[in-house]
Amino acid sequence: MVGITSYGGYIPRFRLNRMVVVQNMAWFFPVIMAVAQGEKSVANWDEDALSMAVAAANDCSIGKNRKAIDGFYLASTTMPFADRHNAEIAAAALNANEAGLTCADFTGTLKAGTTAAIAAIEAVQSGSKKNVLVAASDQRRTQMASMYEMFLGDGAAALLFGNEDVIAEFKGNFSSSYDFADHYKASGKDFDYTWEERWVRDEGYAKIIPETINGFLNKYSMKIEDFDKIIFPCYFKREHKNIAKKIGADPAKVQDNMHEVCGDTGTAHPLVMFVAALEEAKPGDKLLLASFGQGCDVLAFEVTDKINDFKGPQGIKGSLANRAELNNYPQYSKFRDMIPIDMGIRSESNSNTSLSTLWRNRKMILGLVGGKCKKCGTIQFPATPMCVNPDCNAMDEMEDYEFADKSGKIIMYTGDMLSATVNPPAVYGAVRFDGGGRIFADFTDCVLDQVKVGLPVKMSFRRKYKDGLRGISGYFWKAVPQVTE
Amino acid sequence: MKRGIRDKVAIIGMGCSKFGERWDVGAEDLMIESFKECIADAGIAKNDIQAAWLGTCFDEVSVGKSALPAAMALRLPRISVTRVENFCASGTEALRGAVYGVASGAYEICLAMGVEKLKDIGYGGLPEFSSNMGSLQMMWFPNATAPGCFAMLASGYSEKYGIDMQELKKAMAHVSTKSHANGALNPKAHLRRPVTEEQVLNSPMVAYPLGLFDCCGVSDGSACAIVTTPEIAKKLGKKDVITIKALQLALSNGEELQYDNWDGAHFMTTTQAAIEAYKEAGITNPREEINMMEVHDCFSITELVTMEDLQISERGSAPKDILDGFYDRDGQVPCQVDGGLKCFGHPIGASGLRMMYEMYLQLQGKAGERQLKDPRIGLTHNLGGFPMLNVCSVGIIGKYDG
Repeated sequence: MVGITSYGGYIPRFRLNRMVVVQNMAWFFPVIMAVAQGEKSVANWDEDALSMAVAAANDCSIGKNRKAIDGFYLASTTMPFADRHNAEIAAAALNANEAGLTCADFTGTLKAGTTAAIAAIEAVQSGSKKNVLVAASDQRRTQMASMYEMFLGDGAAALLFGNEDVIAEFKGNFSSSYDFADHYKASGKDFDYTWEERWVRDEGYAKIIPETINGFLNKYSMKIEDFDKIIFPCYFKREHKNIAKKIGADPAKVQDNMHEVCGDTGTAHPLVMFVAALEEAKPGDKLLLASFGQGCDVLAFEVTDKINDFKGPQGIKGSLANRAELNNYPQYSKFRDMIPIDMGIRSESNSNTSLSTLWRNRKMILGLVGGKCKKCGTIQFPATPMCVNPDCNAMDEMEDYEFADKSGKIIMYTGDMLSATVNPPAVYGAVRFDGGGRIFADFTDCVLDQVKVGLPVKMSFRRKYKDGLRGISGYFWKAVPQVTE
Repeated sequence: MKRGIRDKVAIIGMGCSKFGERWDVGAEDLMIESFKECIADAGIAKNDIQAAWLGTCFDEVSVGKSALPAAMALRLPRISVTRVENFCASGTEALRGAVYGVASGAYEICLAMGVEKLKDIGYGGLPEFSSNMGSLQMMWFPNATAPGCFAMLASGYSEKYGIDMQELKKAMAHVSTKSHANGALNPKAHLRRPVTEEQVLNSPMVAYPLGLFDCCGVSDGSACAIVTTPEIAKKLGKKDVITIKALQLALSNGEELQYDNWDGAHFMTTTQAAIEAYKEAGITNPREEINMMEVHDCFSITELVTMEDLQISERGSAPKDILDGFYDRDGQVPCQVDGGLKCFGHPIGASGLRMMYEMYLQLQGKAGERQLKDPRIGLTHNLGGFPMLNVCSVGIIGKYDG
C-alpha cells in the first residue's frame, strides 16, 4: 500500500488582522475592505520559504527515522536560491542521510506542491524509493494596498510518502496543464504581476478546477459523492463555495479555504488545507485534493485505521493555535523589507559567507549537531575535537549529537537595543537543553517582557542573515521561548 | 615550582593621556601624549628603552596591525616591539610582556604602551566586530553586543541569589554613581559629571536590565609604563620604589557554556586569576590587605560580580557591600577611585595600563584631590570578551619591601 505515512504543518506565529491593513492603506485603495475578514499569517522577519519548509518537514518527521528518508522534494515559488538546491539545505537541516538521498526543487507554479507529491508517490510506487518527504512552502512579498496583500498568508506543509504504516492510501491522480497566467513573477522581480480578478476567478479557478476534478472522476469512474472531503484552494471566498456547487459537492464536505485564519499560502496552500483535513479525518474517509496554477493536479486518498495510532504533530491546527498578534502595519512592512528604516552604521557590517567553512561545518550550522563524548558522555555545543569536561578532556572521541529536536530552558537572557536588527530589542541568551548541553543563541517569536529565566524553549531553523551584496542567506537555529498568549 | 614575579620588576615611569572623545587627535598623538609624561617621570632617555610591547585591540579600525604604529609614533631605535591583543586585557598584556622581559633578564628597561582610537567609526559603542569573529563563528553566534552579553549576567545573578531585578538595579546604580563622583575629581577622565542613583535608574535601556548609565564610556586614550629591576630603579635615584606583586591571566576554555558547571552569576576566569594573583603576591586576606582597586567596570553588573570573584565580598553579598559604601572613595576598599572605565573611559588597549597608572599615583601620594590615605597595595583587573567567553587579568602592585 502506497500513501501518506506522516504529515506536518507550519503556520508562522504572527497574525495580521486584515482591518489593520485597511486602516493603514484603504485611503489608497478602498477595495481591499471587501476582503478584510479575519487575519493573515505573517512570517517573522527571520523566516522565509526555506525556513518554514524546514519547520513543516521537522513537524512531519517527528518520531520518524529521518535516516530512512531517501527522497526530499521541496516545492515553493519563493525559494531563496535560484541555483543552489534549496531541498538539499532543508534536508541538511533535518539531518537526513546525504548518501542515497535524492533531492529536488519543484517550483514555477503554485501547484508545484501537489506535483511534487505525485512525483513522490510515483517514486514509491515504482519501488525506487521508500520514504519521500514533500515540503511545500511560500512566503510571497506583496505590494502595499494590493489585493494580494489581503489574500496571501505565509505557511508550509509537509507530507511523508511511503509504503509502511500508511495513514492515507493513495487512490489515484489526474492533472491538467495550461499556460493560464492568472499571475506571473518574472525572474529577478520582487512582486507578482496579476491580471483582472474577474477573469482569474471565472476563467481560471471556476473552470480549471472543476474540469480537472471531473477529469479525475471520469478516469476512475467515481462520483463526487464518493468523497468525504474535497480540498482545493481559491482565495475568492464566494467562488470557493461556487466551485463546490459546480462540481456537485455538498458544501459541508468542502474544506474551508482558511482565508480568515491565515490566508492563501501559495504553493503550500493545497497541502496546508489537506493537512488540516487529515487532522480531522477518520478511518475510511476519502479525501480529494486539487491544486491550482497553470492547470490543476487532483489526488485522491483514503484514510486508513493507522490514523488512530498516529501521534499528531503540531500540524496546522497546532500552529494556528500558537498565535500572536502583529497588528503594527509599519512593523509588518519592515519585516517584509518594504520600507527603509535607518538601521545605523552598525548594521552595515558585511561579512562574507565562507562556503568552504560552511561545507566543513554543515552538520553544526544547518543541522544543529553538536557532540557527545564517547569517554565521559558529556553533551556539548559546538563540538570540538577535545571534550570540554575538565575531568575528561579526551581527544577525538566526539560523536554526533542532534540538538534540533531537544527542548531546553533559559538560564540567562537579555533584550539588546544596541544590536542591529529589524525587530529590536535583539533578544538572546543561554539555554540549557533538557538532555544536557548548552547553547548561546538568538531567541525569536517572542517579546522581551515574556522572557524569564527557566522558561522552556524549542529550537527553530531561521534565516540568520541576508547578505544583499552577495545574494546569500545564512541559516542557523534560534531558540523559541514557549510563551502562550 | 612557579616562582612568579613578585618584587622582581619596578615601575619607574608612567603616563596617561586625557581620555575621551578625542576628535582632535589620532593614535600617534595619544601615544606621544602619554609617553611624554612617562619618559619624563622615568627620568631616562628614550633610547635607554631596550624593548617595547604595544597593547591595542580593535587594530583594523584604529592604528592598524602589528607593533609598527608604536615603533613609528615613538621613533623607537629599531628595537624589538611586540603587539599584543587579548581583548580588554590588551593593556595589561603589554605590561606583562614588558615585565616578563625585565624579569627574565633579557632586558633591563622595557616599555609597555597601550592605545585605542575608537571614536573614528561613525557610531556609538564599540566597533561592530562580527566580520572579525571568524568565518564559522559568524554563522552561529547570536546577534550579540557587549552590553547585551553582560546584561545576561544580571539575569543569571538575580536568579541565583533570588534577588529581585529592581533591587539588583539599585546596587548597580550605586556602582555607577560612585564612579561618577570619583570621575568628577579626575581632570583626565572622560565623563566628569556626577549623577544621582535616580538618574542612573531612569536612563534609557541599552540591554535589559542595563541602562545607559550602567555602561562605561567609549573613549580614545593611551597609557604607558616603563619598567626595570628594583636595583636599577634605586640606582636611578627612585625613592619609594613601586613593584609588581602579581600579574595573572586566566582565559575561558569553553566550560561556561559548553559544559554544565557555570552558574551564570560569576566569572570563572576572574575567580581563578584572583586565586593565582593572591598566591603570587602573598596575600591571604584580600578584603583586609587590598587597599584600593581599579576593576573592569565595563558595565555596573560586571563590577558588582567582580567584587565577589576577587574575594572582597562574600558570594551573594556584593549588593549589600556596595550599598553600604564599602567600595566608595571613603569606604574600606575604594574601587574605581579614578572614575573607572565608567568615567575615566575605556580605550580598550590602554585600560589595563590606565588602572596601573592610578595605583601608581596613589601609592606615591600623587593622586591630587582623590588621593587616598596611605595605600600600600593596589589591585587592577581586566575582563575582556563576554561573561561566557573571556580573558581576565589581575595585577597587584605595591611599595617595594626589599
